[in-house]
Amino acid sequence: MAGQMVEVRWHARGGQGAKTAAMFLAEAVLEKGKYGQGFPEYGPERRGAPMRGYTRIADAPIRRHCMIENPGIVIVLDPSLLDSPAAGVTAGTDKDTIFLVNTTEKPDTVRKKLGIKGAAVHTVDATGIALDTIGRPIPNMPMIGAFLAVNTVMTVEELKDALVAQLSSKFSRAVIDGNLAAVERANKELVSA
Amino acid sequence: MQQKLVALSGNEAVAYAFKQARPHVAAAFPITPQTEMMHKYAEFVANGESATEMILVESEHSAMSAAVGSAAAGARTFTATSSAGFALMWEVVYIAASLRLPICMAMVNRALSGNINIHCDHSDSMGGRDAGWIHLFSENAQESYDNGLMAWRIAEHMDVRLPVMVNYDGFIISHTADALHMLPDEAAWKFIGPYKHKYTLLDVENPITVGPLDLTDYYFEHKTSQLAAYDKVPGVVQAVSDEFGKLTGRHYGFAEEYLLDDAEMVMVILGSSAGTAKDVIDEYRAKGVKAGLLKLRMFRPFPAAYVAKVLAGRKAVAVLDRSASFGGFGGPVFTEVRSAMYGQKVPVHGYIYGLGGRDFDLRQVATVLDNLQKVAAGGQIEDVNLLGVRL
Repeated sequence: MAGQMVEVRWHARGGQGAKTAAMFLAEAVLEKGKYGQGFPEYGPERRGAPMRGYTRIADAPIRRHCMIENPGIVIVLDPSLLDSPAAGVTAGTDKDTIFLVNTTEKPDTVRKKLGIKGAAVHTVDATGIALDTIGRPIPNMPMIGAFLAVNTVMTVEELKDALVAQLSSKFSRAVIDGNLAAVERANKELVSA
Repeated sequence: MQQKLVALSGNEAVAYAFKQARPHVAAAFPITPQTEMMHKYAEFVANGESATEMILVESEHSAMSAAVGSAAAGARTFTATSSAGFALMWEVVYIAASLRLPICMAMVNRALSGNINIHCDHSDSMGGRDAGWIHLFSENAQESYDNGLMAWRIAEHMDVRLPVMVNYDGFIISHTADALHMLPDEAAWKFIGPYKHKYTLLDVENPITVGPLDLTDYYFEHKTSQLAAYDKVPGVVQAVSDEFGKLTGRHYGFAEEYLLDDAEMVMVILGSSAGTAKDVIDEYRAKGVKAGLLKLRMFRPFPAAYVAKVLAGRKAVAVLDRSASFGGFGGPVFTEVRSAMYGQKVPVHGYIYGLGGRDFDLRQVATVLDNLQKVAAGGQIEDVNLLGVRL
């Protein structure tokens, strides 16, 4: 494996857009000359059920197709999953893992809920931001904005360009503008511990 | 050749490849994880990007029947399926090959019931390995796309005239966004070219009979002529792949030989697991272990002479099967490889792994490589082993 590989695990409930985000991020990094791989974990699919998505980013073509067991970054789209054993948010993590959590609570509170020591915990109210900017409680794209506050694979401006390209065939200008504002706000409003 | 770098799921990649062949007819019935592929294709048709006539049938038996009728009429035809859908096609799968109809099929590999499981293994396509189709396997979205283009040239070659199945792993490839290079439509079309049928049911000036009663008098002779066709396939697969390699820079053969030049120990594997294995083989290479990988791309016809030659003189060979042959001596790839190695003094062991989508992780590759070293040093292991399962 040439160079470093970034492995991201997404935790969400069905319907929050984790699959879309995991796959969109894999696609967006191509513009930066990186390689991306994005996939959800398929089980009984139903709205509201805990689910996981995965994204790999690397400098070289990604050959492995196994699950991500030790994610470098864990992104939690739904705070109710933090202490859910079924969701397994802390599985395979260690002191170097970075947690990005969509919540109105402070990083220290989240850390206690997760029951972890070490590991960086960052929080952002992505649902609140999405409601303000898009008008719907869809936290997935704001969390990519937050991701770019801890990872420099691309700039927020580059993410916005990719979002416009991705969304313009399906959504109105208002929805696209809402998403652009959302990623920018989430990027700036991330609270670190 | 300028090619666009895109991120697509395996299903989308194959839908694009098939669209670029401008087929006349597609007949299919949805089944997970194939559904997304036909969904994408139906979108092309609905958007006016493809002139393919879609026949939306009520079952897979009808899908393959419609494909046979369409191909016999002289139309470029495809279908797609997975798992139980393929099982329901069964009777007509044989007919497609026996009538020498160059149908292409996307086979999104998925376990068979029961119990019900939607995830990947190769038990679906392996059940049909004796039906007369050409089986190509793909490691990732790129190879699925490339095989999806080359399949037409192989199937429709006048020396071949056989149906081709493009296998790619359900979910692991079909639903994973992966980077790949795509040919522009015009370049793909130039490579594939228009369909030339040999016979058509629609030519009333030259009437033909298709699929008549064929009993003790001639059936055996007809099967013998069908058997002879498979001898022509490897040469055509290689020639088409060479042409494709010149066009795209991506070179294919019967198999990919990964770090095999000086390899003392070799893993033989199909599909997406090959990529995972390569990453671990690199780690072992860094420690001085002379390991390599033979990733079979063409499983049918089985390139026995090639396999025997490429594995000759190795110290140990491990063959991995993502399907079980119940009551058989190891999985289908293992029995083929061991048989091809008859008369050689190379130890060949089999592994069954990944049934029902069980993750093929880095540790399982390491277990196989550790066992290969043990065998190479004269140690003993079982003929057929299980990987990644609770016992």
